[in-house]
Amino acid sequence: MLQLDIQPDVLERMTSHAEAAFPNECCGFFYGAEEEGKRVITATTAVDNHKEGDQRRRFEISDVDYMKAERHAAKEGLTLLGVYHSHPLHPAIPSEHDLAVAMPFFSYLIVSVQPEGTAHVRSWQLDDSRTFQEEPLVTLPDAWRV
Amino acid sequence: MPTLIIPTPLRKFTDGQGTFSAPADTVKSLLASLAEAHPGLKPHLFEDSGALRSFIRVYVGDEDIHALQGEDTPLDGRDDVSIIPAIAGGVGRSIL
Repeated sequence: MLQLDIQPDVLERMTSHAEAAFPNECCGFFYGAEEEGKRVITATTAVDNHKEGDQRRRFEISDVDYMKAERHAAKEGLTLLGVYHSHPLHPAIPSEHDLAVAMPFFSYLIVSVQPEGTAHVRSWQLDDSRTFQEEPLVTLPDAWRV
Repeated sequence: MPTLIIPTPLRKFTDGQGTFSAPADTVKSLLASLAEAHPGLKPHLFEDSGALRSFIRVYVGDEDIHALQGEDTPLDGRDDVSIIPAIAGGVGRSIL
């Protein structure tokens, strides 16, 4: 798995989104470039959780927001590298629901969030046998490591 | 020829190409041409039965083909056809 090198302000935007949405799940995209065995994440966009029903346990991104994300990446000369979402009151480990629709190539970053704030952050990518493998987060503050 | 826009996560199966064009008069024939040209894409787009996977959406312009004529939606040479992966999930039973 490639390492993820996330710019601190970008990571801050993702964790702040997760905390603001609590107790609901949040979601968004992130962008950057692949270089020398790692993914450098330089931008993120938050999107609305379009899931109808219990947003404390599910998220869904609309097709329109997905198309906008692809267009944003093309316009900015960046690669759409992945999706982030939060797991309120749960660890940042992929669930069966995450696996069911996961795509290859994308990094899936999960923020575990508690009432007092972000607990930890982990990221995952599917391997060729559709099993999630953890991606090292090289710039993650120690406070957000498991 | 209509143009298919390949989503970023599937470009590893199209040698990095973001678009694909082929002569086709329906969505179905355009998708079939794509799968023939890039066989590695097939399991990500279609069930074993040949049906489109439930978490793959197809748009002609800004219209979901489900609101048109599904895979039989006719195309003309100017159409842009987008493949869009469903993005969803949430907490639940851990799979690790």
